[in-house]
Amino acid sequence: MAVIVSTTVNGDDVQFACEPDETLLDALRNRLGLTGAKEGCGTGDCGACSVTVDGRLVCSCLVLGVEAEGREIETVEGMADGATLHPLQTKFLEHAALQCGVCTPGFLIAAKALLEKNPDPSEEEIRFGLAGNLCRCTGYDKIVRAVQDAAKEMRGA
Amino acid sequence: MQYEAPETTKAAVSLLAKAKGSAYVLAGGSDLLVRMKGGFIEPDLIVDIKRIKAMREVKKTASGFSIGAAVPCAELGENKALVKAWPGVVEAANLIGSKQVQGRCTISGNLCNAGPAADSVPAMVAAGAKAVIQGPKGKRTVPVEAIPVGPGKNSLKKGELVEAIVLPARKPKSGDAYLRFIPRTEMDIAVVSCGVNLTIDGKGVVTAARVALGAVAPTVLLVEAAAKAIIGSKLDDAALDKLGAAASAACRPIDDKRGTIEFRTKVAAVLAKRAAQIAYTRAGGK
Repeated sequence: MAVIVSTTVNGDDVQFACEPDETLLDALRNRLGLTGAKEGCGTGDCGACSVTVDGRLVCSCLVLGVEAEGREIETVEGMADGATLHPLQTKFLEHAALQCGVCTPGFLIAAKALLEKNPDPSEEEIRFGLAGNLCRCTGYDKIVRAVQDAAKEMRGA
Repeated sequence: MQYEAPETTKAAVSLLAKAKGSAYVLAGGSDLLVRMKGGFIEPDLIVDIKRIKAMREVKKTASGFSIGAAVPCAELGENKALVKAWPGVVEAANLIGSKQVQGRCTISGNLCNAGPAADSVPAMVAAGAKAVIQGPKGKRTVPVEAIPVGPGKNSLKKGELVEAIVLPARKPKSGDAYLRFIPRTEMDIAVVSCGVNLTIDGKGVVTAARVALGAVAPTVLLVEAAAKAIIGSKLDDAALDKLGAAASAACRPIDDKRGTIEFRTKVAAVLAKRAAQIAYTRAGGK
């Protein structure tokens, strides 16, 4: 039997109905039409479904939709400020840090969470911090450069 | 499937005890949801414990730290007092999965899922941690090593759940460490792992020690012979060699795609020695 869930997504109060065993990822994509978070593995290994719940980075494929009740969810759709892209988004474009793009929303959310905790990470810290996000196109180098560059800009350096 | 998110431990126990079909506790869900997705389990009831306030807290008391069963591993790494007192336990908890998984997974879940290679468990066993269990017959407290009984099997009875993990109060000049071998640098499952916890005296002599090994037997092993090998020593080469030999002798591993029996047995000695040296340094030994 479907359950009605009231939650906040990217600052907006929303309600959706979902099955008790439905993941937050499926609820975001199929109930709310927020298709930024992707299903790669569905088992928490690839990070393509990364979102934050109450500010904590998680794989939305490993969260039940019903768990979102009363929580604050942030997805890639909330990163840009209107037409102004987040610095991470701009730098991903400038550095061509994506090819097929399936992993990109997850990388952006994970990189944002990383920089909020550590505004000046070393390359090693970035690579470890983003180890839960898999990319099968880029070889990661351009992603790391984009995050370094965005971090620099966000520090105002 | 029925989903319940009770706000008290009592209500959670009551739901689990009265459940007619298959009932599962949901803490972080990083194992439970994967097993559901894979079709290995079809729960009739899920009891989410994250709305139970007491289970969301890390409390420092005179008798040590109490880590609520629903506290995600990421929070342990952000707790400065805990990191200072039990760096080995925290580093083990922060090796589980990715940052995303650490945002959800719990050491209580890691313990109850009873994986032989569970990262946080050897560190908890070495630390002398205890699990506080609540059930229909009330509360009981057991050493954490009493929870796993075989791969994927734990000793909890119907209606019971772990409420918290308690780490004992720290004696002066104590240190702990956890190391694992994986063929990658992160995001992998231990091929062999080792937790060491020790206390030294003013002269640098080891006065107490606990050594635990992971992924070398059906459950995590507490290796008393390995602890005895270093107690009374200043962790000199002879003592370290005895420690390594005792660790290897305790191994009862399997051959699988991640490592052979021979490899696991040998690496157990290497990790035990290295973890002991790190713990010794953290205790203030030189």
